[in-house]
Amino acid sequence: MFLALRQIKRSSKWTTTLIIFVMILTFLNLVVVSGVLVGLIQGSVDAQRRQYTSDVILSTLSTKTYIEHSEDIIALLRSMPEVVDVSPRYTSGVSLEANYKTRIKDTDKANTAGGELVGIDPVSENNITNLSKFIVEGSYLSPTDYDQILLGSFLVKKYVPVNNPGFSALENVEPGSKIRIKVNGIVREVTVKGILKSKVNETGLRSFMVDSQLRSLIGRNDHNVGEIAVKLKPNADPIVVRNALIRSGADKVAKVQTYVDAQPKFLKDIKDTFALLGNMISSIGLVVASITIFIVIFINAITRRKFIGILKGIGINGKAIEISYVFQSIFYAACGSIIGLIIIFGILQPMIAAHPINFPFSDGILVAPFGETMLRVGLLIFATIIAGYIPARMIVRKNTLDSILGRK
Amino acid sequence: MGRSGAGKSTFMYQMSLLDEPTSGEVIINGGHNAARMSNEEKTDFRLTRLGYVFQDYALIPELTALENVALPLLMQDIPQKTAYVQAGEALKRVGLATHMSQLPSQLSGGEQQRVSISRAIAHKPDILFADEPTANLDNESSKVIMDIFLELHRAGQTIIMVTHEPEYGKMAQKIVHLDDGRIVNITKN
Repeated sequence: MFLALRQIKRSSKWTTTLIIFVMILTFLNLVVVSGVLVGLIQGSVDAQRRQYTSDVILSTLSTKTYIEHSEDIIALLRSMPEVVDVSPRYTSGVSLEANYKTRIKDTDKANTAGGELVGIDPVSENNITNLSKFIVEGSYLSPTDYDQILLGSFLVKKYVPVNNPGFSALENVEPGSKIRIKVNGIVREVTVKGILKSKVNETGLRSFMVDSQLRSLIGRNDHNVGEIAVKLKPNADPIVVRNALIRSGADKVAKVQTYVDAQPKFLKDIKDTFALLGNMISSIGLVVASITIFIVIFINAITRRKFIGILKGIGINGKAIEISYVFQSIFYAACGSIIGLIIIFGILQPMIAAHPINFPFSDGILVAPFGETMLRVGLLIFATIIAGYIPARMIVRKNTLDSILGRK
Repeated sequence: MGRSGAGKSTFMYQMSLLDEPTSGEVIINGGHNAARMSNEEKTDFRLTRLGYVFQDYALIPELTALENVALPLLMQDIPQKTAYVQAGEALKRVGLATHMSQLPSQLSGGEQQRVSISRAIAHKPDILFADEPTANLDNESSKVIMDIFLELHRAGQTIIMVTHEPEYGKMAQKIVHLDDGRIVNITKN
């Protein structure tokens, strides 16, 4: 330790800085590459939670189009201490048609789009999903609106980035445009009040109107809704609320899921795949870092072979010399990791959280759980210990007198 | 003593447990047979019982004079404070009390060799081995070094020194003359 500390203290500042810089880059590569890849999907998962499912979501069973005893379930939810707010949503399939006034012949292809029309209480829904924040044109619904509709951006052609032959969207539609909706066999002309842009498919592909109107259109006088999104207090466990609902029998009339349960499986699969991909890329970085340390220590040790010989000659144990080189490796890796941790948790993570990376299908964040990050610190230090020990051992093992006299 | 290539240094390295003879035995310091010692035992023996002064000083460049001298003491698990006091005393003995915090590169050749002697004597070795300690020094510095050796010897330090300078040979109690790897003569002053 004495030797190592003195060597580090009195070695070239530039060389030390350069080695630590390489270690910082390696550490960032280890954490950030996989963190951004996973964050790309995590951003999507988080957005799904914030904009669609909230913390717990109840949806219809596969055999029903509505949730029976919705009012009782909503009352139960509102009585739970963990619950902040509840947004009941009426849901119905809808066919939307635009530009019907300019269509010359009935035989011309209609400009239609299909999707789901959701009847919401604008205030409750905004409390839960902050839907008004995603309005990019026009304005959000107010509770007294009638024959007003919000369109998800994926239903409007100018917001759809791909020209998929099997996918149709409404053209020349903007706030104030009249469109026809066909719900439950009823055709109505409504006005587009706003367009909301979201990278969450469930939101971007939906259209929204005030719940009372949709309820009358689909004839749900029993007030049974199609979805109930539940927002919980910040530290409340969604699993506890889900289980309480199941114990109350809500699962007999609805699919009760936490936001995790409701994640599409493909998202989980992509997340796992990206994590694996990230780890593979990180492993290459780890090998590069190990080789760097190996070369640095090897060159250091080979150029100091004579001094290593002298140290052994005057009776310094070879193990002590090896340990001094291993300690130097640990020092470089630890410095790189500490500075890397400061960059990740002090700069990158908060910065990316505040300004997510704008990927086409999600707002990417940097996922770097502290436990996993510390594991990577351990990995880097372990790799550098090995990379430092091997060359030191190679040189220390050489004959003492040969080293002192500079013989081959 | 002996001319270049006579085997003086080889003989000294074998005696001081830095090298192994191809035949014969090294019995050192009253009964320690080098052939029966493990490498670890030899290392420990060199650390605690022997001292070395090399021709080219052999100081560790990153360590100050004081640290160079303290290093073998620290490796004997002597507490750092005690080791530094002992090292300081050894440096004072060779007249380097004011150079303790200087790095080898900041010292002259003669001063570096005096640091090397301090390192060799700080732990009070049974035998001090010196391999042509004045070979790289000018006359004035060489005289200073030899005066230090004489003073150490007078204080009771056993010194085995390799040299080809007859002038320095006259200072020794016993001179072993070597030629072509063989002892050709042993004389006493």
